[in-house]
Amino acid sequence: MSVDTAPEMSPDLEATEAVETGGLGQAILHRTLLTVGPIVIALVIAGLILVTVGVDPLAYYGYVIQRGLLSPTGIQQTLTRMAPMLFLAAGLIVAFRAGIWNLGVDGQFLLGAVTSAAAAPLLAMVMPAWLAVVIAFVMCTIVAMAWSLVPALLKAYHGVNEIITTLMMTFLGISLANVLVKLVFLDPGTTVPQTRTLPVEDRLPRLFDTTISSGLILGLIAVIAVHLMMTRTSFGLKLRVVGANPRAAVHAGLGVPWLTIGVFALSAGLAGLAGAVDVLGVQGNVRADWNPAYGLAVIPMVFLARLNGFASIAFVLLLSVLSIGGESAARRIGVPNHFTLVLIAIVLIVLAIVEYVDHRYLSARRA
Amino acid sequence: MTGLFSDVFLSALLFGAVTAAVPLLLAGLGEQMSEKAGVLNIGIEGMMIAGAYFGFLAAFSFESLWLGFAGGAAAGAVVSLVMVLLCVRLGLNQIVIGIGLTLGLEGLTALLHHVQFSRTYPRLPAADIASIPLLADIPIVGPAFFQHNPVVYLAVLLVPVMVFIYRRTQLGLNLQAAGDKPAALDIAGVDVVRTRTVAVLTTGALAGLGGAYLANVGAGIFVPFITNGAGFLGIVLAMLARGRPLWVLFGALLFGVSLSLTTALQVAGINIPTDVIQMIPFLAVMIMLVIFGRQSSLPAALGIPYERGAR
Repeated sequence: MSVDTAPEMSPDLEATEAVETGGLGQAILHRTLLTVGPIVIALVIAGLILVTVGVDPLAYYGYVIQRGLLSPTGIQQTLTRMAPMLFLAAGLIVAFRAGIWNLGVDGQFLLGAVTSAAAAPLLAMVMPAWLAVVIAFVMCTIVAMAWSLVPALLKAYHGVNEIITTLMMTFLGISLANVLVKLVFLDPGTTVPQTRTLPVEDRLPRLFDTTISSGLILGLIAVIAVHLMMTRTSFGLKLRVVGANPRAAVHAGLGVPWLTIGVFALSAGLAGLAGAVDVLGVQGNVRADWNPAYGLAVIPMVFLARLNGFASIAFVLLLSVLSIGGESAARRIGVPNHFTLVLIAIVLIVLAIVEYVDHRYLSARRA
Repeated sequence: MTGLFSDVFLSALLFGAVTAAVPLLLAGLGEQMSEKAGVLNIGIEGMMIAGAYFGFLAAFSFESLWLGFAGGAAAGAVVSLVMVLLCVRLGLNQIVIGIGLTLGLEGLTALLHHVQFSRTYPRLPAADIASIPLLADIPIVGPAFFQHNPVVYLAVLLVPVMVFIYRRTQLGLNLQAAGDKPAALDIAGVDVVRTRTVAVLTTGALAGLGGAYLANVGAGIFVPFITNGAGFLGIVLAMLARGRPLWVLFGALLFGVSLSLTTALQVAGINIPTDVIQMIPFLAVMIMLVIFGRQSSLPAALGIPYERGAR
């Protein structure tokens, strides 16, 4: 049986709230306060944790912002890091809005990454580099989609909970990716277990004179396309109906099993593309035991954005600044970058509480 | 008899399997109780890592393994208290909060470990072993199954205890009702929120104990991210077992054997990448799901917060 936990932070509620609390300007202010407030509260709580471990929080935050956002190399790294995260966010938005808990994006990401790392360098030897990159993109999408087929079929026709199956497929996928790197696609030229490396000139082009990968543009397109698809097309509406109430969707005559499989394919395909964008744009190869686990960190961001594509871009930027700045701070100030995880978790939990309090307050005023 | 099939190898393999299985068993039994009561506890990974860190900290500071276990269970319960407040009392989304707790505690324990232990990496002395008389003298089986830390026997004893609770007690019935038809339980005059609170707190304590065992006995040391998905495996076990504690035990042993096989084969000098062996239990489970998937069933109200009078 499925677990019917459609995401509660649905954007449809906002409109009604806006009408009841007054004008549009006030509604926007309300929304902004509800988003910025929790982040500030979370920064304070996380700052207290820093104080207890003997680090000056203001210095830390300042350093993170400086290295992640303000310094020229930092901002370029940050924008480049956003590319795979944006693809993951797009994939997660499709799934979560359709009420499907695809928690296996990290496995799909890695298999997409390994596929493109295996294919692109070989293809680039026999054909123009741009064509090799395009074909690698297609291949990794297909592989990631295929990886989601078993959970999709089990969910669509047997109603097997997708949380458990996608979690298991992600464990399997991480191991399989390692096996492929260590045994199958090993670069014979090096002693380090890794795939062949795609030469820098064959990778995704960089934007203008910067080091920013053009994957950023692709990622932005992916998120916006997904957002428009979910909110502006009949297909998106069908998916949202399935997500809101699968039984009602059956009664409305929707082919729920096919839609379910479609959602899995879209979500996993986008996660696979995330892997490809990271490999073809930045890494150039996949090393054994490489698993950045972006997916688990992007999931909270997508929720914080209330499954809204445009808001997700802002939160992914925040995550990217925190992770690039955090890595830098880890080297210089000695606060391990795991602290970023703590910060994200506190933001998420504080936001959930604030949202609840706000909801209670509003319904109390209505009554 | 030498090499792969020697007695020593076999009993070491099985001993390792039991050691690896115990945290999974505890997590799985805990998660099972939450799920029975209708709470999908994705935060169990966070509860385990909290148990591992604070369990290790307590054992290291007080030089007592038992205080370590108590500390681990307490830490797990404290984390689950957050889950109780936010998800059971306030009815916030269980998956969102669960992922938040897991991420946050993984980060927090890694941070605390970095501050305290990253220069020294202290280890605990080898854990005490309680041999069971007579049984421990059986060749192969004895050293593998009957020469463990007492917590192992407690964990296994928990299986019949859980069966008894679910089958024979009012509490078991209440838990089941809280997961299947919470409104009916409410009408019968039993507090749904309290019932679920008991379940989630128990989950936290068991997961914390499992984490403490993992760090204190299994590894003898705490390293960041030591649980490495054991909590998620607990969720998988609980869902596959469909409410039956004995199945959790079998599942945990299956995973335990394959985890132990990885190290054992390396010791035996057979060079199969660990990743291949680690895939076996997941493959087995996926195949089982494909074959038996149709019969899977979960509590009707799983993941849905209970609000009195709501429709």
